[in-house]
Amino acid sequence: MTLQLSDKDKAMLRGDEGPATMMAMSILVRMAEVSGAKELLDISGAHIDSTVYIGEAGLEFAERLASLGARVRVPTTLNVSGLDEHHWREWAVNAEWARQAKRQMDAYASMGTIPTWTCAPYQTSERPQFGQQIAWGESNAIVFANSVIGARTERYPDLFDICCAITGRAPAIGLHLTENRAGELLLRLKDIPRALQDADDFYPVLGHFIGKIARDRISVIDGLAVSPAEDSLKALGAAAASSGGVALFHVVGVTPEAPTMDAAFQNLSPRETVDVTMDLLREARRDLTHTEDDELDMVVLGSPHFSLTEFKTLAPLVAGKRKNPRVKFLVTSSRAMTQLAKQAGYLDVLQAFGAQLTVDTCILTTPMLPPEIQRLMTNSAKFAYYTPGLLGRQMAFGSLKDCVNSAIEGRIVRDESLWLS
Amino acid sequence: MAELILAGKPFIAGAGKGIALVSSEPLSFWGGYDWKTGEIIDRRHPLSGLIAKDKVLAIPFTRGSSTTTAVLLEAIRAKTAPAAILTTATDFFFALASIVADELYATPIPLVALTESDFVKLKTGDEVEVREDGKVVVRRT
Repeated sequence: MTLQLSDKDKAMLRGDEGPATMMAMSILVRMAEVSGAKELLDISGAHIDSTVYIGEAGLEFAERLASLGARVRVPTTLNVSGLDEHHWREWAVNAEWARQAKRQMDAYASMGTIPTWTCAPYQTSERPQFGQQIAWGESNAIVFANSVIGARTERYPDLFDICCAITGRAPAIGLHLTENRAGELLLRLKDIPRALQDADDFYPVLGHFIGKIARDRISVIDGLAVSPAEDSLKALGAAAASSGGVALFHVVGVTPEAPTMDAAFQNLSPRETVDVTMDLLREARRDLTHTEDDELDMVVLGSPHFSLTEFKTLAPLVAGKRKNPRVKFLVTSSRAMTQLAKQAGYLDVLQAFGAQLTVDTCILTTPMLPPEIQRLMTNSAKFAYYTPGLLGRQMAFGSLKDCVNSAIEGRIVRDESLWLS
Repeated sequence: MAELILAGKPFIAGAGKGIALVSSEPLSFWGGYDWKTGEIIDRRHPLSGLIAKDKVLAIPFTRGSSTTTAVLLEAIRAKTAPAAILTTATDFFFALASIVADELYATPIPLVALTESDFVKLKTGDEVEVREDGKVVVRRT
């Protein structure tokens, strides 16, 4: 069966709603045909990943839409940009890049969007509800919305998210439909000590492992003895959406579509079952570290963007201490979250420690690192995954506490006790 | 010279030819493809260090970042993109880059999905010609 368009869709395609809507609908319809959709559906929210400045073509696309008068039809948040407007001069960002990235920010901001500039839109007031149909870009946001909230989005690419926002429509395919949300792969935690499950670095490591083994399949995690915090699930999802194409996972007894194993699999049987052992997790953890020795230039936290809870956890770890002067310590977050952290008094504590803050962007999306910074450390599997390829720099992975201790020592130190056999 | 003709499904139809770069490992173009040069830069990927510009790139699907589309679009504009991409299923991320390249510059690149059993017949170094109808002609010396 071929794609059936509604009268309103056809009107948009004809240009009745203006040239920007026509361009967006034309791309949407061609993509719907490619994906085999039978129809389009209404969405009630969007998140635009296309704000990330990559180069001229992405900028030309944004400015074309803006010059045609594009306006979004649903509440639409904006992902990180290529620039921290207020602090970029403190870093290695060149003026030409800043100018181009700002043009791209202006183009998307002109469309009636909400200038959140964050990769963690689920930490804003526009957080979607369970069951809500949305069109989100940004891999970590997609997996969080689907898995932790139970909202419904396909894994949308950059440039497409904005077409959905402008038309208020998306192809009725994939994870928008209940029958495509059932688990496929069962992952059974096998003899994973409770103390490790309580540790913050367990979740990014597990996520990195899941991405590698699940690729783009929906996995169901069983056997967790603890109820993980939202930030732990955020770290897990971001890791799995970096090492794999994961857009949805279920955790039995934890995530909203998995009150039971049967619910997670929609009463079907798993197509494959894998036991997750300590050996497999240790290997995944090793995979996240690419440094050759213990030398350290910079600690970077906040991928996805730091939440208020993460600021709250970090503050007492650094309170009354001072980082080693040879090492930089950076936290990336959103303007809104940083404001809340400031009001709560956490920023003063961080600044006394010697930490710096970057908002609206992160080390991967703006060329901020000076050449002398070559050896980094993070608690984010996503940073660890992308840094060697995108930035050509070494990255070590550790827990939040490892990162703080390393910044104080001035060299990479990690507590291995929970990871020993 | 052996010749092999595979019947692929063109999800963005077009013609293109080049030397094949083949891997069974999926690839994210963000952090995996340098659009300024066409080099594959994911240091964990088997094709790391090779230049995919004007080649026929064969990978099963894209992984990870939703920015893959934007990177491929930049590569098409900068003329550092592969001549064609072969996958094992319709890939939304590549398709969109090709459609937007058509919209902005009238230069889509051909994208063809092969069955998994045909995909494994490809080898790096093959001469590959992708035709409008989705036929993939493979020549090996």
